[in-house]
Amino acid sequence: MGGFTTAMFLFLIASGLSLVFGVMRVINFAHGSFYMLGAYLAWQGVTWLQPLFGSFWIAALFAACVVALLGAVVERLFFRSLYGRDELYQLLFTYALVLILGDAAKFIWGVGQLSVSVPPELSGSIEIFGSVQPLYNLLIMAIGPAIAFLGWLVLNRTALGRMVRAAQMDREMLDALGANVGTVYTGMFVFSAFLAGLSGALVTPIQSIVPGMDVLIIVQAFIVVVIGGMGSIWGTFWGSVIYGQVLSFGILIFPSFSLFSVFALMAVILIVRPWGLFGRPLT
Amino acid sequence: MSMQATPPPLAGLGSEADQGRGGGGSQRSAPRPLPPTPSRNGRGTLLGSIPWTLIVFLAAATVPWIGSRYNTFLAEQIAIDALFAVSLNLLLGTTGLVSFGHVAYFGVGAYICGILMKTYSLPFIIAFPAAGLGTAAFALVSGYFCVRLIKLYFAMLTLAFSQIVWAIAYKWDAVTGGDQGLPEIPYPNLDWMSSIPGLGDLRTSDQFYLFSLAIIAVSLAVLHRIVRSPFGRVLTTIRDNPERAAFIGVNVRAYQLAAFVIAGTFAGFAGALYGIFSRGVFADYVFWAKSAEVIIMTILGGMEFFWGPPVGAAALVWLNQQITDVTQYWPFVLGTILLVLLFVFPGGIVGGLYTMWIRLRGLRRA
Repeated sequence: MGGFTTAMFLFLIASGLSLVFGVMRVINFAHGSFYMLGAYLAWQGVTWLQPLFGSFWIAALFAACVVALLGAVVERLFFRSLYGRDELYQLLFTYALVLILGDAAKFIWGVGQLSVSVPPELSGSIEIFGSVQPLYNLLIMAIGPAIAFLGWLVLNRTALGRMVRAAQMDREMLDALGANVGTVYTGMFVFSAFLAGLSGALVTPIQSIVPGMDVLIIVQAFIVVVIGGMGSIWGTFWGSVIYGQVLSFGILIFPSFSLFSVFALMAVILIVRPWGLFGRPLT
Repeated sequence: MSMQATPPPLAGLGSEADQGRGGGGSQRSAPRPLPPTPSRNGRGTLLGSIPWTLIVFLAAATVPWIGSRYNTFLAEQIAIDALFAVSLNLLLGTTGLVSFGHVAYFGVGAYICGILMKTYSLPFIIAFPAAGLGTAAFALVSGYFCVRLIKLYFAMLTLAFSQIVWAIAYKWDAVTGGDQGLPEIPYPNLDWMSSIPGLGDLRTSDQFYLFSLAIIAVSLAVLHRIVRSPFGRVLTTIRDNPERAAFIGVNVRAYQLAAFVIAGTFAGFAGALYGIFSRGVFADYVFWAKSAEVIIMTILGGMEFFWGPPVGAAALVWLNQQITDVTQYWPFVLGTILLVLLFVFPGGIVGGLYTMWIRLRGLRRA
């Protein structure tokens, strides 16, 4: 069960990473920084709103929206001019953001640990299958699959999703057909930043907020996305589940090699099926 | 045939004079906005006839006498980083392979040399070549899989391999010392140096500096030969147009793998020296952020030039020292430098200077 909560958290984070890769063919290292900012901003929101009822949820939404706005600024001002360039420059640009945002967070919120308490309406726990589960964790476990389903629905059953899938397959063609590819790209980037910010905010009642959480999470999110297949929502969902299980079984069986096992899994999948278990090969 | 009409893919084979004059206009319109690797840059002119590299190395060798202990420390750091960055640039600039896990080979070299010298008390003369061999073997195995992948997937797999090395280094307490690392790696026995007149009264750390400087100079000379050799030309061709390279009968993967192994081996040498220099090998050395750092060094100097990465290494080490004196927010500064590089000076320091020089020469002619 513990593995599953971890998995659903990872899914929330990794789905945004996967979407951006799928559409723009860009690995966004700064995704972890967006997640970290979401956590810090949620803490800030909760601190400001303390006495209000439901303040945690308002703070979480606030955090996600601010991060989404930041995503829009980053995409419009900088990222846009890098689309035609070598992928090395795109990687390095997102890495520059990691460095800058990481230090900005340290500058604003300090280097100490911050924590947010579980919202009072979900502070209880119930017994399921003989194990006691905090209500909050159950909510996360429900949100994960819900977002996966919603994402699938939007991508596969709406006009917007059709546009996104078209951009994924052939950018030039979509452009030539008169669709505004630039807007699709901005939208994807903003939505992905929103997801990162939201997951950062939602993780705060379970994990303390510390500098360096950005770099830690991004590597895990990469592994998930690589396992499942970059650009595939269900792939990312199952990738997170597999990752969570490998990690928790790894800890049970060889405690000191659980880290090794997830990276080895990532390498094996890249070697055997670079496009991931559920993805499709790039043309 | 079409060689005349489309110079970029085979530009490495063209003569320097063509590139200098004709290149100015075509560079800007080319998709890769950087000048093609200028091989015999400026030879024949007064500036070009001065043996710059020799002068730089001789100047570097005088640091223990004219500078403080701290200066020697910085100089050694620059020299090792320079070798590391040049080894990476064999992939990045010469072959066009974006490795995001080059630090793995640096780390493997450092660990092999450190473990052999500390745990097994073997002399440097055995441990150092063993580190090179071990790293080469690891690069051969990992590179075999990496070169099968294209672009981003290649970067991801190199990252995965480097994280595997990191996980092993971090967790395998019995061999690597785990999160405690391997402290107190001994210096090699440098008594023979004391018998050389003038070197006898130097500190061991200074003697090791001179010793490693010599190793680094030889390594850089070898890498320089490799990049300028026909083999290196083929690598450049692969970078510019892999399809065309395959079409003219080049086994692209084999060449890429060879470049990968050579780059890995020299990174291993750099790591082995670094472990001794910093008196220990720690799992942090292998963390992926270090790979990004060495890429930044390479780009900062200019990856289109052989001597770009060493310039980048020197600039970055110096800047780091200047800035950490003033503020703890070095990553912020580094990120900002990176942004400026990406958006304003994609050619790096050497690239920028080169373009400026070409423009000045053009002005003088006009």
